Amino acid sequence: MDIIITGLLLSGTYALIAMGLNLQYGVARIMNLANGEMLVVGGFAAFILFTGGGVSPLLTLFLVAPVAFFLNWLIYRIMLRPLVNRAKSRGALEQDAILTTFGLSFVMVGLMIWGFGGDYFNYSFLSRPIVIFGDNFGLNRVVAFVCAVALCAALYLWLNHSRAGMAIRAVAVSPESARLVGIDVPKLSARAFALGGAVTAVGGVIISTFLTLDASIGVLFTMKALIIVIMGGVGDVRGTIIAALILGVGETLVATFIDPGLTLAAAYAMFILILLFRPQGLFGRRPT
Amino acid sequence: MTPNYGKELSAGAVLLIIAALLPFASDGYMLSIGVSIAMYTVLATSWALFSGPTHYISLATAAFFGVGTYVTGAGIDLLPYWVLLPLAALVGGVLAAVVGLATLRLSGVYFVIFTLGLAEMIRQCVTWFQNQQGHKGTYVLTDLTEAHIYWQLVGLAALVYLIGWLIQHSRLGFALRIIGDDEQVAAHSGINTSLSKVALFIVSGAVAAVVGAIIAPRYVYIEPAIAFNPMLSFQVVIMALLGGTGRLWGPLVGVIPFTFLWEVISASFPNQTTLLLGLSFLIIVYLLPKGFVGLLQKIRAKTGGFA
Repeated sequence: MDIIITGLLLSGTYALIAMGLNLQYGVARIMNLANGEMLVVGGFAAFILFTGGGVSPLLTLFLVAPVAFFLNWLIYRIMLRPLVNRAKSRGALEQDAILTTFGLSFVMVGLMIWGFGGDYFNYSFLSRPIVIFGDNFGLNRVVAFVCAVALCAALYLWLNHSRAGMAIRAVAVSPESARLVGIDVPKLSARAFALGGAVTAVGGVIISTFLTLDASIGVLFTMKALIIVIMGGVGDVRGTIIAALILGVGETLVATFIDPGLTLAAAYAMFILILLFRPQGLFGRRPT
Repeated sequence: MTPNYGKELSAGAVLLIIAALLPFASDGYMLSIGVSIAMYTVLATSWALFSGPTHYISLATAAFFGVGTYVTGAGIDLLPYWVLLPLAALVGGVLAAVVGLATLRLSGVYFVIFTLGLAEMIRQCVTWFQNQQGHKGTYVLTDLTEAHIYWQLVGLAALVYLIGWLIQHSRLGFALRIIGDDEQVAAHSGINTSLSKVALFIVSGAVAAVVGAIIAPRYVYIEPAIAFNPMLSFQVVIMALLGGTGRLWGPLVGVIPFTFLWEVISASFPNQTTLLLGLSFLIIVYLLPKGFVGLLQKIRAKTGGFA
C-alpha cells in the first residue's frame, strides 16, 4: 500500500511535466529534447532562492513561471520559428527541431555546469513525516503532489473551458483548419511552447523539493515525459494523467523490489510494451 | 557510371594504404589522434549509412559502442580475442534489430526518443548486474598496442566504406533514398520500408559495437560510465552532420577537423566542453544544414564548373 501511495505521489509531478511537453509537442509541434533541462533550471532556481534567501519553493513557483514563460517564448521566436518557416513538411520540422533542441539541451547543461558545477544539489524543505493510512510519508512529497494536481487541474479546466484553451486545442488538432477560422497559429504556437516550458520549469521547482538533482540529470526527465506523452497519446490530457500514474507506480515498484538504479529501465520496458501493442497511445484511435 | 567503379575503388585503396602507414611515421601523440580519428570515422560513417538516406536521427551510438566494449570486457578471459569482434557485431546487430523492429515501423519520433535513452537504460542494467556480482568494473588486459588498435580500426573503416559503397549501388540503397525522399511514395511503389530501415540500422549498430570491442583494450579498465558515455552519441552526430551525410566520404571530412578542434577545446576549456559542444552543434544545424558536402555542392553550383 505504501508503495502505491509513494508512486501515486510521484506521478502527480510526472503528469505535470508531461503536460508541459504535451503542449510543446502537441500544439507547437516541437519535439523538445531540452525539456528536462528546463526542469532542472526550475529546480536550480528553487535551490538557490531557498538556500540563499530562505525563499519557500512554493513562492518561487510564482517567480519561475513567468520567467520560464518568457525564456521559452524567446527560444521559440529566435531559434525555432526559423525552423518552422523553412520546414517543408512536418517530418522535416520534426527532424530539425529534434536536432536543435538536442543541441540546446547540451548548451543548457554546459551553462549550468559552468555556472554551478556538476555537483548534486538538494535542500531540506518540509521534510517532516506525515501519516497516511498508517504509513509515514514525507510532507514535501504530499505538498508537491497537491501542487502538481492543482496545476494540472487548472490547466485542464483552462484548456477545456476557455476561449484561449479552445484555440490551443484547435491548433493541436489541425493547424491548417485553425487558420481558416481566424486563429493566429504562429502566435499561438509560440505561446503554447512558452506555456509548456513554464509548466515544465514549475514542475522542476516542485520536484526539487523532494528529489536530488544535478546539472546533467535533465535527459532522464525528458525521457520520462516523452514516454508518458506517447503512452497517453499526444494531446490527450486524460491519457497523460493515467500514463503518469502507471509510470510513477511502476517505477516505484521496481525501485522498491529490484533496485532504485533501474527506474529508467522500468520506464523503457513500459515504453516498449506500448510501442508494440498500442503505438497510438492508451486511448488513441488507430490511424486509418 | 560503370567505368568509374574501378577508379573509385582504387582511389579508396590508395588512401587506405596511406592511412595504414601512420604508425610507422609516429607512435606518440599523432598516433593517439589517429586512433581517435579512425574511431570517429567508422562511427560517423556507419551512423550516416543509416541516418543519411533515411533522415532518421539515431542517438544510440553510445549504446552500441558500450555493448561492444562490454563484449570484450566480459569475454576477454574466456574466448580468444578474434572471436570477440564478430560476437560484438552479432550482439550489436541483434540489439539494433530489436530497437528497429519495435520503433521503425512507427514514425521517426518514436525512434529518436527510444535511441535517446537507450545508452542510459543499458548502462543502468549493466550497473545493476555488476552490483549483483559484487564488482564495479572489468579489467581488459591484452598485449595489443595502440598501433594494433589503429590498424584494426582502419581495416574496419575500409570494410564500412566497402559496405556503404555496395549498399549505394544496390537495390537496398536505392530503396532507402526513396524512403528518405518520401516514405509514402516508397511504400506505394512496393518497397518494404520498415524492413529496409531495420536492415540498415542493424549494419550501423553492428559496426558501432565492433568499434567498442576494438577500443576496449585501450581503456584497460572499463566501467559503465565510461562505456556508455552519452557524449559519444552526440559527438558522432555532430561530426557526421558537419561533414555531410549526402556522400559516403562526407563524415570523414567532418571527423578530421572536429577531432582536432575537440583536442583544443578539451585542453583549453575543460570546464566548458559540454557548452562548447552544444554551441558548435547549433552552429552546424543553422549554418551548415547539409555539412561540408552541401557547402561544396553549393560552391560548385555557383561557379558552374567542377571546382
